[in-house]
Amino acid sequence: MHTHTLSVLVEDKPGVLARVSGLFSRRGFNIISLAVGPTEQEGVSRMTIVVAVEDLPLEQVTKQLNKLVNVIKIVELDPGASVQRELLLVKVRADAAVRSQVLEAAELFRAKVVDVAPEALTIEATGTVDKLAALLRILEPYGIREMVKSGMVAVGRGPRSITAAAVR
Amino acid sequence: MTTATPRSGATGPKPAPPPGRPGAPARTDGVRTDVPGPRIGPEPMTGAQSLVRSLEEIGCDVVFGIPGGTILPAYDPLLDSTRVRHVLVRHEQGAGHAATGYAQATGRVGVCMATSGPGATNLVTPIADAYMDSIPMVAITGQQSRPLIGTDAFQEADITGITMPVTKHNMLVTDATEIPRAIAEAFHLASTGRPGPVLVDIPKDVLQEHTTFSWPPEMALPGYRPTTRPHGKQIREAAKLMTSASRPVLYVGGGVLKAQAAEELLELAELTNIPVVTTLMARGAFPDSHPQHVGMPGMHGTVSAVAALQEADLLVALGSRFDDRVTGQLSSFAPHAAVVHADIDPAEISKNRRADVPIVGDCKEVVIDLLEAVRAEREEGTADLDAWWARLNQLRETFPLGYDWPDDGSLSPQYVIERIGAIAGPDAVYAAGVGQHQMWAAQFIKYEKPRSWLNSGGLGTMGFAVPAAMGAKMARPDDVVWCIDGDGCFQMTNQELATCAIENIPIKVAVINNGNLGMVRQWQNLFYSERYSNTDLGTHKHRIPDFKLLAEAMGCVGLRAESKEEVDRVIRQAMEINDRPVVIDFTVGADAQVWPMVAAGTSNDEVMSARGIRPLFEGDELAAGVDAIDEVVERALEHGDDHAENGGDAK
Repeated sequence: MHTHTLSVLVEDKPGVLARVSGLFSRRGFNIISLAVGPTEQEGVSRMTIVVAVEDLPLEQVTKQLNKLVNVIKIVELDPGASVQRELLLVKVRADAAVRSQVLEAAELFRAKVVDVAPEALTIEATGTVDKLAALLRILEPYGIREMVKSGMVAVGRGPRSITAAAVR
Repeated sequence: MTTATPRSGATGPKPAPPPGRPGAPARTDGVRTDVPGPRIGPEPMTGAQSLVRSLEEIGCDVVFGIPGGTILPAYDPLLDSTRVRHVLVRHEQGAGHAATGYAQATGRVGVCMATSGPGATNLVTPIADAYMDSIPMVAITGQQSRPLIGTDAFQEADITGITMPVTKHNMLVTDATEIPRAIAEAFHLASTGRPGPVLVDIPKDVLQEHTTFSWPPEMALPGYRPTTRPHGKQIREAAKLMTSASRPVLYVGGGVLKAQAAEELLELAELTNIPVVTTLMARGAFPDSHPQHVGMPGMHGTVSAVAALQEADLLVALGSRFDDRVTGQLSSFAPHAAVVHADIDPAEISKNRRADVPIVGDCKEVVIDLLEAVRAEREEGTADLDAWWARLNQLRETFPLGYDWPDDGSLSPQYVIERIGAIAGPDAVYAAGVGQHQMWAAQFIKYEKPRSWLNSGGLGTMGFAVPAAMGAKMARPDDVVWCIDGDGCFQMTNQELATCAIENIPIKVAVINNGNLGMVRQWQNLFYSERYSNTDLGTHKHRIPDFKLLAEAMGCVGLRAESKEEVDRVIRQAMEINDRPVVIDFTVGADAQVWPMVAAGTSNDEVMSARGIRPLFEGDELAAGVDAIDEVVERALEHGDDHAENGGDAK
């Protein structure tokens, strides 16, 4: 099964998130991640949804999504032709004995330390799914106390843009 | 970057709007920004008055509903409206199905209204029913006042949340100035594209608020742009296949009725000489009497129609959705056929069966374009369909629809339904509930015209018939409306007969009273070793209720027939009565069964024309032997919980 990244422009109205997420569960599709936020256009939000489905069910998902009245546009973003990023905040056990090793690991991944306590460090990192997974593998032996991810956001490469206005 | 499924017209210029059709709701591409009609306002009034004015201006003439706490403000101006008639029903479910009956009988939007909480939740079943059968319906519900929303206030229910999966769209109106737009959008969404139910939830304080009313409102639906014009290349491709296939079938679904394309379909069928099958939702889309009509396909379809699909080399699916009740086991459905699939809803295409030629568009536009393209193709010559017709004619002659009279001397339910159809004729409207009587009504009444057959196809809602017939009669007061109901269904919604009697809606109800939940009993007979668990309703054994007396108690004429000799007489008697509703208790045998049948989860190839007779199985052997039923049953049971899951219509 492949993962697909769908960029969905929706009207910024109450209940839209429930409509979209409800549709996925109702039709039996799993969401790996979903991130939603405002766009450059007032009244329009953008959802980046990562799903793991075969091609044929994916077609059915996008068709069903398209039927939602509040959904304006759906585009699948090809990983090769888009920039895909996720934000990670991770709290790692790090006392004086190992702190420098943890800091070094963070440095390697161009991650930032955003909070320091005697027993732990909180690290902020952005990157692709693979990069964040690699960072977590390195940090894992020290003890991960807590972790939170934003869900993936993505934008197509090149000058073209996906906007609500483009569909009119 | 790849575009998964762009909205049509996303890159190219906006397609030209289709030519207008008189009497039909306008179908438009893209965003409609205004509603036709004279310019009105702004006039100061309350939200409730604005709601009633909006309903008047949009052309709504009937609302079925029940008032209650939160919708009360709307009922006050409704009392003064001369353009909107309100029919006070006895249960909100009745209001919803009546709206559906109204819509199915006319093509216009049916409207129902209820209060918040239980009023709204009672509408959920008819809304889900309308969603499954693509019925244009607008449901208006009261809601608790804005400050109380989310506090578990009295009669509060999150009805937009509850109905999200069963509506085409729904909305909570939070500002009285938005009411005209909400109503205009609701009617537009309900009636265009693939029709469906739209719910508008309005808090009580929004109805009470002072506002101004202006008409027409501007609609804001940037994400709604149904595709109605089919793609020319796909049409040509379809026409090529239609003229070259040697075993083609027109597989006609309810979309043809919704698009008002019956006339064009007839022309296309006659031009091409292609056999036609009409699904349960499409009965009447093509005349039953036409020699090219080979019947209804599906679980209880005719052998010839089932065989036509199974043996076809081309299926031209028009407004049909390859429902499991038509396809049977999907993997063995129409194994040799290429598929042309035309539907206004792109999500239906290739959902169940992959389409070789997908066509997104309004069925009327599709058929008109196909006519032209096929004419052009025919100049190159056409395939010979003689052998195909010989095969189908042989099946039609060998396995016509039929029934046996019960051995115990009781009345045959099929005969009763057949006689109603023969006496009331093709100009009447027939509404059925769900179960055996529904299948017999689909089989033994001859439908010649669109909008003469109303039933609950997708959801299979028992209790549909009485309120749906009431809605149809409201919409078409000059036509005879027969409700063919079962004794199980009838006991779910018969209270609407009181509505009919008081509001002067003289429908005719035939209760096909076999004393049982007949279809469930049939499945228990076939698949559960004749263990009849909880299907005997006692309507025979105890005559509780006595339907004749029940009818009279509700202001209707009550009649009864128990023998063949009485049938015609009571039907004719009912036909004579037009000043009040009539109910006939047809006391029929309990053991009659619906045949032909494709057991759930099995292949259409195993269609049984009667118990144990499998005409299509193992080559062309006409009768596969009397033990066949057991094999089929075993095979069906091997499909695990198919019966529990897919057999839900066994009611």
